[in-house]
Amino acid sequence: MIARLTDGVPQRGLKLLAGLALALLAVPFAAGDYLITVLIGVLYSAYVGQAWNIMMGFAGQLSLGHALYVGIGAYASAALFVHFGVSPWLGLWAAMACSAAVGGLIGFLAFRFGVAGVYFAILTIAFAEFARIGFDHWSWLGGSGGLFLPVANYTHNDILTLRGSPSMFYYVMLAMTAAAFVLCHLLLRSRIGYYWLAIRESPDAAQALGIDIFRAKMVAVLISAAMTSLGGVLFAFYYNNLFPEQIFHISRSIELILGPIIGGIGTLVGPIIGAFLLTTLAETLSEIMRGLGVDLPGIKQVFYGFCLLLVVMFLPDGVWPPLSRWLGLGRGDGEGGHEGSR
Amino acid sequence: MPVEIYLNVAVSGLLTGLVYGLMALGLSVIFGVVRVVNFAHGEMMSIAMYLAVALFAAYGLDPLAMLVPIAAVLFALGYVMQRGLINPFINRPEHSQFMLLLAVALIMVNALLIAFGPDARGVQTSYAFWSFALGWLIVDANKAFAGLAAVAVAGSLFAFFRYTLVGKAIRACADNYAGALVVGLDVKRLYALTFAIGSACVGATGSMMVLLVDVTPPLGPAYTLLAFVIVITGGLGSMPGALLGGVLIGVTEALGGLMFTPSAKSMFTFAILVLVLLFRPQGILGKRVEP
Repeated sequence: MIARLTDGVPQRGLKLLAGLALALLAVPFAAGDYLITVLIGVLYSAYVGQAWNIMMGFAGQLSLGHALYVGIGAYASAALFVHFGVSPWLGLWAAMACSAAVGGLIGFLAFRFGVAGVYFAILTIAFAEFARIGFDHWSWLGGSGGLFLPVANYTHNDILTLRGSPSMFYYVMLAMTAAAFVLCHLLLRSRIGYYWLAIRESPDAAQALGIDIFRAKMVAVLISAAMTSLGGVLFAFYYNNLFPEQIFHISRSIELILGPIIGGIGTLVGPIIGAFLLTTLAETLSEIMRGLGVDLPGIKQVFYGFCLLLVVMFLPDGVWPPLSRWLGLGRGDGEGGHEGSR
Repeated sequence: MPVEIYLNVAVSGLLTGLVYGLMALGLSVIFGVVRVVNFAHGEMMSIAMYLAVALFAAYGLDPLAMLVPIAAVLFALGYVMQRGLINPFINRPEHSQFMLLLAVALIMVNALLIAFGPDARGVQTSYAFWSFALGWLIVDANKAFAGLAAVAVAGSLFAFFRYTLVGKAIRACADNYAGALVVGLDVKRLYALTFAIGSACVGATGSMMVLLVDVTPPLGPAYTLLAFVIVITGGLGSMPGALLGGVLIGVTEALGGLMFTPSAKSMFTFAILVLVLLFRPQGILGKRVEP
């Protein structure tokens, strides 16, 4: 098992990874609440970015409606907790099942009826918007007035109901991000991973080779949707309030994909690097703005827009591939091949 | 409910739908020729809407009278965007173009938010409370004028593509890219011109749309999506299809809002989109393109 995990990863990459992991584990002992809160945001975007990357980066299916799965996961687990007192550790299974079912429905419709490319992207946005408006009118889940969880008590950490301090959420989020990273690494080296890459590069050639592309794409959607909804569960229990207008909004879907695009679509490290870069730079920007005494809502998104613009124009493969070469890791860092004319 | 109410609402939806159709026409023209999906379409329309609102607030200029100048500003914006940003992306993969325009859209929405704030802004024209009565049919003047203006602009666009030399050259580029190059057409310039015309279209739409709704920054993404839904419904690349799709969606929204709650009206729009994507992916008037 361990051998399979590290197989083909350069020594240097493993050392860097271990160093990073140790540093991240040590953070709550040294840092204040502000830094931990920022890092929870980073890990959250890295996690959901990784989940999105399975669909777009590995299997080449551009989804612009991933906020749908975050929302379903958040609402399913929160509703079970609020209405029936079900622990999030049980609720998350329901959340993943609901998301996978919806993802499966979208995937089935799209792939069976040949909805591809930009049409597929529009279809995913449409479903997310459909859910946004639907949840707005669903009074059992609070409707547009929002669904609220009992506010966390900071006196002690209750891991069973996910009520506690930011450092508890930090460790849960860190574990999820690490697990997602390992899972994606294993997926890329499995049979289905190679199928996905083949489909991404050329669906026709993949089909000609005898790959069941419908099935492979369905697997990608199911895994991606279920993983994303787990992010939604954490979102619900961390923020304690859910509004359809916010959680399903298209701008959430767009923010979710910025990290992997900027870090490098289809790479394992890309979503993590992208999330770190974006959040760090955006926080620095807010600090500077605060220092100057100006309050401009929207400035962060303008900044995100310019980052995306620059990366799409000048680094179409994202930040990680060149960075990886610069670090001397070559391109064999467990990546699913980020070269080629995608 | 008496049937007159339904008919009144349907007519009002039809007029709104014509304006929607003109917006979608811009998207369709750009896609049909340049083969780039303009993901910043609704955002460009909200720029036009803010221009109209600002001109009205500062100088009392009527939005419909400002239709041509606003369209001209958007024409210039579109030309510069195509020349400076999009042209290098013509041969890049589809998703890469998509992300480029996504970035442009993100910047536009939030720049508008910074410039104008989150509050809704609208215009109070002198004819805002007029209406015309034709028997049992009562038509709101704002909607009637906007709908007529949309038909006029769409008509002149059809005429441009049908009768002028430049219009014919643009259609030639769309029909056969290599052929257009061979006969010596300046395809790059024609692409920029097409993008500019599509943008002017959306600029004209913006100056009509302020008569129908108040503008807020988040309106941009919502209308981008609406324009896509209309164009896919009508048939991507088909000009009459865009208008037809606009009317269909306009009427559906209006009737859906009447029968259920107005806030749920877009659910019907998405239902139409899903049905069209599944059962007639080329759109109502689109031709099936085999790759």
